[in-house]
Amino acid sequence: MSGVLVYSEQPPLTLQNLTFASSLGYPAAAAVLGPQGESWSEQYFNHGAQRVYCMDDPSLSGLQTDIVSEALCQIADHAEAEIVLISSTLRGREVAGRLAQKLHVGCITDAAKLRAEEGQWIATRYSLGGKTLSEQVLNSGRKVIAVNPNTFQAEPLASGVKGDVVEVAPRAAVSPVRIIEQKPKPDTGINIESAEVIVCIGRGLESEDDLSMIQEFADIVGGVVACTRPISHDRHWLPEERMVGISGKKISPSLYFGIGVSGQIQQMAAVLDAKVIVAINNDRNAPIFQNADYGIVGDLYQVIPDLIEKLSR
Amino acid sequence: MHIVVCMKQVLDLEKIRIKPDTHEPVLEGVPVCLGDFEKNALEQAVRIKESLDDVTVTVVSVGSPKLNKTIMEALAIGADEAVILVDPHVNGSDAMGSAIVLANVIQKIGDCDLILLGEGSTDEYSGQVPSRLAEILDLPQVTYARELEVLDHRIRAVRDLEDMLESVEVELPALVSVTQEINQPRLPPLTAILKAGKKPLHVWSLEDINASAEEVGTDAAVCEELSNLAPAKPRKEMIFDEDIDSSVNQALEALEQEGVLDL
Ligand SMILES: Cc1cc2nc3c(=O)[nH]c(=O)nc-3n(C[C@H](O)[C@H](O)[C@H](O)COP(=O)(O)OP(=O)(O)OC[C@H]3O[C@@H](n4cnc5c(N)ncnc54)[C@H](O)[C@@H]3O)c2cc1C
Ligand SMILES: Cc1cc2nc3c(=O)[nH]c(=O)nc-3n(C[C@H](O)[C@H](O)[C@H](O)COP(=O)(O)OP(=O)(O)OC[C@H]3O[C@@H](n4cnc5c(N)ncnc54)[C@H](O)[C@@H]3O)c2cc1C
Repeated sequence: MSGVLVYSEQPPLTLQNLTFASSLGYPAAAAVLGPQGESWSEQYFNHGAQRVYCMDDPSLSGLQTDIVSEALCQIADHAEAEIVLISSTLRGREVAGRLAQKLHVGCITDAAKLRAEEGQWIATRYSLGGKTLSEQVLNSGRKVIAVNPNTFQAEPLASGVKGDVVEVAPRAAVSPVRIIEQKPKPDTGINIESAEVIVCIGRGLESEDDLSMIQEFADIVGGVVACTRPISHDRHWLPEERMVGISGKKISPSLYFGIGVSGQIQQMAAVLDAKVIVAINNDRNAPIFQNADYGIVGDLYQVIPDLIEKLSR
Repeated sequence: MHIVVCMKQVLDLEKIRIKPDTHEPVLEGVPVCLGDFEKNALEQAVRIKESLDDVTVTVVSVGSPKLNKTIMEALAIGADEAVILVDPHVNGSDAMGSAIVLANVIQKIGDCDLILLGEGSTDEYSGQVPSRLAEILDLPQVTYARELEVLDHRIRAVRDLEDMLESVEVELPALVSVTQEINQPRLPPLTAILKAGKKPLHVWSLEDINASAEEVGTDAAVCEELSNLAPAKPRKEMIFDEDIDSSVNQALEALEQEGVLDL
C-alpha cells in the first residue's frame, strides 16, 4: 500500500490535491462519485492521476456522508490507498471523519499546510482556537487527511498521462437521511479569498445603513468588504461567503483593514497571512491591536469619514 | 424521548498566554469551561424538552476531574442528569480514542433517541467526533444544523453548508451536530445554579464502560503532535492613539511607505 486516493465533491479541488500528490511522486488515483465521473477523468489524468475510480448510482446523488464514506472506503480498498486525501470543505471534513472510523485509522481535518518528509506526511492545522499551529502526523497504516481548499494550486502536467478508468459497483444502500430541499445561497460573485485589499467590519458598525460609508471607503482603497461572523450570521447584513475566520474564509490580502472588529483569535487566525494589517477600534485594549501593523485608536464614525476625505483629495 | 448532549470541557482560550521567546502556549493554571457550540446543542435539547412531553436530557462529557465542577453549568441550564467519564487512562486520547470512549458511555447509558453535539469543539474544532461517533454507533448523521425540530419520531433539520441550506429529514435515533446560529443559549438563573448540585451526577471510569485501556489514551493515539506553537509573524504594532486627525495622517503616511495603498 503506497498510493494516494484523492477525492472531493468539488472536482476542481481534486485537481489541486492531485497536483500535490503527483508532485511528490506518489502513485495517485482519483475518486469520482455520481454522474460527473467520465467528464472529469481526462482532467484528472492531466493532473497526475494514474487511475480514476468512478462510482455512479442514484444513491450517491444526495452526497449523504454515510453513503459517500462507505463508497470511499470501498474504493480505498480497491486502490490499496495508503493515504486518502480529501478537500476539507464542510462536506469533505465530515466524510473524512466517518471514513477514518470505518477504516479504524487516524485523520487530520482542516490541514492548512501539508508536506512530505522522509515518507511522513506532516500536516499543520490551527489548534487552541487558532492561537497556535499544530504540526501533526498520523501513525496508522492508512491515513485520512482533509486539506483546506486552495492550499495547493492545480497545474496540469507538462506531458499528459493516459490512465485507466475503473468502474466500481456501489455496495451501500439508500441513506436514511432524506433530502427535502437544497436552497442555494445567493452568489454575489465576490471572492474575498483572492482579494488584494479587504475592508472587514465587525460589531462596531452600528447599523446596516452605515455599510454605505464602508463601501465608499472600500471603493477608494480598491478593496472588498468582508465581515466577522456576527455581521453575516446574526445580523445578516452581508452574505455568509464574506465572513472571515476559521469557520469562514481564510484570506491573504496585501492590505487588511479591521474596522470595529475586536480581533478574537477565531477570526484573526484567518487573517494572519495578510501582508499589512490595519486596525481601527475605539478600545485601546482590543486584541486586534496586538496583531496589527498599524492601529488607529478612535471612533470609526470619525476615523472612516476622515480617511475618506483625506484619500479623496 | 431521551436526548444525550455531548459537551467537551475546554480551556478558556482567552486566558492562554504565549511565551514571547519560545512561542509556546502556557496551559498551566488556565481555567476550564464548557465549549461554546455545545452550549447551543444543550440549549436546543432543553428547548425540545420544554416543548414536548416526556423528554429527558442527559449530558455526557469525557475529560479531567475538573468536570465535577464544570458540568454543573449544564445541569443548571436544564439537563436532567450528567454522566462524566474521568480516568487518567483516557488522557492523551486522539479523536478516535475520544470517540470510542464517548460511544461506550452512550451505549452504557442505553435507550437514546437523539445525540446532539457541537459542529466542532471550541479549541481543536476537528469535527471528527460527530462523524466517528455516528459510525461507531451506526447512526445516521446530520451535521451543521442551524435549525432542528422534532416531529413524531423523526427530525427535520436545516444544514448550513458553504453554498446552500439543505433541509433533511431522518427517523430517530440519529446524531446531529449544531452551529452557533441555531439559538441563543440561555444563562442559568441563580436558583437553577443552586439546584444543579441536587441533580444526579454519575462519575464513571473506564471500568464502568466497555472500552479497554488499549483502545484509548496516549498509547492508542495514532495522531501524533510534533509541535504546537503560536505563529511567528512579527507585526509592527504601531498604534496611533492621538487626536483622530494626526492618527489618521500618521497611518496614511505609514501605508504609503509600505507601498500597499494603490489609489
Ligand atoms: C469555535 C469558534 C469559531 C469561530 N469562528 C469565527 C469565524 O470564523 N469568524 C468570526 O468572525 N468569528 C468567529 N467566532 C466568533 C469570534 O470568537 C468572535 O466572537 C467574533 O469574531 C467577534 O466579532 P466582532 O469582532 O465583530 O465583535 P466584537 O467582539 O463584539 O467586537 C466589536 C469591536 O468593535 C469595537 N467598536 C465598537 N464600537 C466602535 C466604534 N464606534 N468605533 C470603533 N470600534 C468600535 C469594540 O471595541 C470591539 O472591539 C468563532 C467562535 C468560536 C468559539
Ligand atoms: C496526540 C494527541 C493527544 C491528545 N491529548 C489530549 C489530552 O490529553 N487531553 C485532551 O483533553 N485532549 C487531548 N487531545 C485532543 C483530543 O484528542 C481532542 O480534543 C478530542 O479528540 C476531540 O476532538 P475535537 O476537540 O476536535 O472535537 P470535535 O470533533 O471538533 O468536537 C465536536 C463535538 O464533539 C463533542 N465532543 C468532543 N470531544 C468531547 C468530549 N471529550 N466529551 C464530550 N463531548 C465531546 C462536542 O459536542 C463537540 O462540540 C489530544 C490530541 C492528540 C492528537
